[in-house]
Amino acid sequence: MQYSAKVMDHFTNPRNVGEIEGASGVGTVGNAKCGDIMRVYLDIDDNGIIKDVKFKTFGCGAAVATSSMATELIKGKSIDEALKLTNKSVMEALDGLPTVKVHCSVLAEEAVRAALWDYAEKKGIKIEGLEKPVEDLEDSHHEDLHTED
Amino acid sequence: MPKTIYLDNAATTMMKPDVLEAMMPYLTEMYANPSSIHSFGAECNVACEKARKTIAGLINAKDNEIYFTSGGSESDNWAIKSVAFMKKDKGRHIITSAIEHHAVMETCEFLAGNGFEITFVGVDEKGILKLDELKAAIRPDTILISVIYANNEIGTIQPIREIGEIARSNGIIFHTDAVQAFGHIPIDVEKDNIDLLSASAHKIHGPKGVGMLYMKNSARITPLIHGGPHERKRRAGTLNVPGIVGFGKAAELSKKEMAESTDRIREMRNYLIDRILGEIPYSRLNGDKDRRLPGNVNISFRYIEGESMLMMVDMKGISASTGSACASGSLDPSHVLLAIGLPHEIAHGSLRMTLSEFTTKEELDYTVDALKEVVSKLRSMSPLYEDAIKNKEV
Repeated sequence: MQYSAKVMDHFTNPRNVGEIEGASGVGTVGNAKCGDIMRVYLDIDDNGIIKDVKFKTFGCGAAVATSSMATELIKGKSIDEALKLTNKSVMEALDGLPTVKVHCSVLAEEAVRAALWDYAEKKGIKIEGLEKPVEDLEDSHHEDLHTED
Repeated sequence: MPKTIYLDNAATTMMKPDVLEAMMPYLTEMYANPSSIHSFGAECNVACEKARKTIAGLINAKDNEIYFTSGGSESDNWAIKSVAFMKKDKGRHIITSAIEHHAVMETCEFLAGNGFEITFVGVDEKGILKLDELKAAIRPDTILISVIYANNEIGTIQPIREIGEIARSNGIIFHTDAVQAFGHIPIDVEKDNIDLLSASAHKIHGPKGVGMLYMKNSARITPLIHGGPHERKRRAGTLNVPGIVGFGKAAELSKKEMAESTDRIREMRNYLIDRILGEIPYSRLNGDKDRRLPGNVNISFRYIEGESMLMMVDMKGISASTGSACASGSLDPSHVLLAIGLPHEIAHGSLRMTLSEFTTKEELDYTVDALKEVVSKLRSMSPLYEDAIKNKEV
C-alpha cells in the first residue's frame, strides 16, 4: 500500500496534535472495533471563528494524516466554512488515499462535525446544516465511498 | 546500525549465500529437464532426488513421501481440496482450527461454499487448540482434520502428536500446515501421526517459489495439478530444479544448525520479550511464552494502533509486521488475535517481530529504544490513552 508524500508528511509531523482545556466543542467519532478513533477539540471565539483546533487519534497512518489535514483546513475559518469540509476535500488536500483508507477521511469529516455539534449544544444554538453525529460510525463509514481512483 | 533491521522472518527470510551457491549451476549450465531420459537430464534429476532425501530426513519421512510444489499455499490447497474430492462420498465434514493461515482457512471456506461443512475448533488464551472441543467435533462423516503446526502470528506450537493420535484413532486424515515450524523445530511425522504436511523453502533461508507436501504412502491423495508424469504422477509441471536444490541446501543447513541456532534465537527472543514487557508499560505478550516458535515475538501495546506503529518503526529502519486491520486492508484485526480472546482495540495494537539466526543483540537493543520512543509518541496522540489517564487506569 502506497501513501502519498503529503500523507506521509502529515503522519510523520502531524499538525495540531493535543487537547484544548475548556474547549468550546469536543467531538469523538469512530470505534475501536475497526481500529480508528478520532477526537477533535475546537476553540471558537464570539464571532464564530475557529481560533484553535487540536486532535487526538487512535488509528493507522491515514487516520492520523486525515485528522491532521482536517484540522489544518478549518483552523482560522468560520463555522460555515468548517461545515463545508468534506471527506473529499480532505482527501484532495492529501493528494489522495488508498481505496481501503477512504473511510479515514470520512471519520475526519465526522469528527469536525461532532465537535461543532457539541459546541452548538453547549451554546444552546442551532447550526444550519449540521445534524446530530452518529454515535457509532461502525455501520456508516464502511459503505463504498467515492474514491479518486 | 545497519540500514535495515529485519524482524519479519515469519514473512520471509534472507537466502543464505551457501543456498545461492548450491543453486547457481542449476540456474546456468545445468539447465536440463530432470524428466528427460538423456544423461544431462538424469544429472539434474539426481540433484532433485538428493534434495528430496535431505528434506525427508528432516521430518523422519521416506524420500518417496515428499512431493515438490510451488510453496506452502499450494501444498495447503492440494492437501485439503484433494482429500475433500477423494472422500466426498464418505463424508463432507472437515475440522480445522480458528487460527489457521489464510491458505488453509480460505480453502476451507471455499469448500464450505461447495457442499462441505467446516468446524473451526477454538483455542485457549495462549492459542493452544482445545483438544476436548476437537474430540467433540468429530462426526462419522469427518474426513479431514487440518491444524497449523505452529502459528505464523503468535508462534504458538500446537500439541500435534495428540491431535494426530485423535485423528488416527478415528480413522481421519490429518494434515498440518508446518510452514512456520519446518526446519525451525524438530518434526517427526511418524511419532506425530501426520498424514499430510505442508512446508516452504523461503521460511528457512531458501528460495521463494518452492515448497513441498509430505504425503504418507498410506494416505496418497489425488493431484491438484494434472498434466504429466512428474512427482510420481501426483504433481504435474517441470520441476523447479534450482528452487528444489536450494530448498534441499536450506534444509541441510537447518538440520545441521537447528539445535545450536534455535537455542541462540530463543535466548534472543526472550531477551527482546523481557526488555519490552519490562520497559514499556501496558504491553502484553500474545501467545504462549514457552510453547512458542524460537524466533516469534508478538506484543500488543495498549492504546495505540499497529499500522502507525509499524510505519514509525519502519522509518527508523526496522521491518516488522502487525495484526491490525489497517495494515491488511480489511476492517477486522487478525482472526488469530481475536481467537485468543483479545478485544479489538488490543488486537489492533499488536506488533510482530520475528527473529532469525542473523539477528543481533545490538539490533534488538536499538529496536527496544525505537519502540519506547514510538509507543510514547503514539500514546501522546491517542484519545484512548487520554481517557485512560482521566479514568486513572494508567
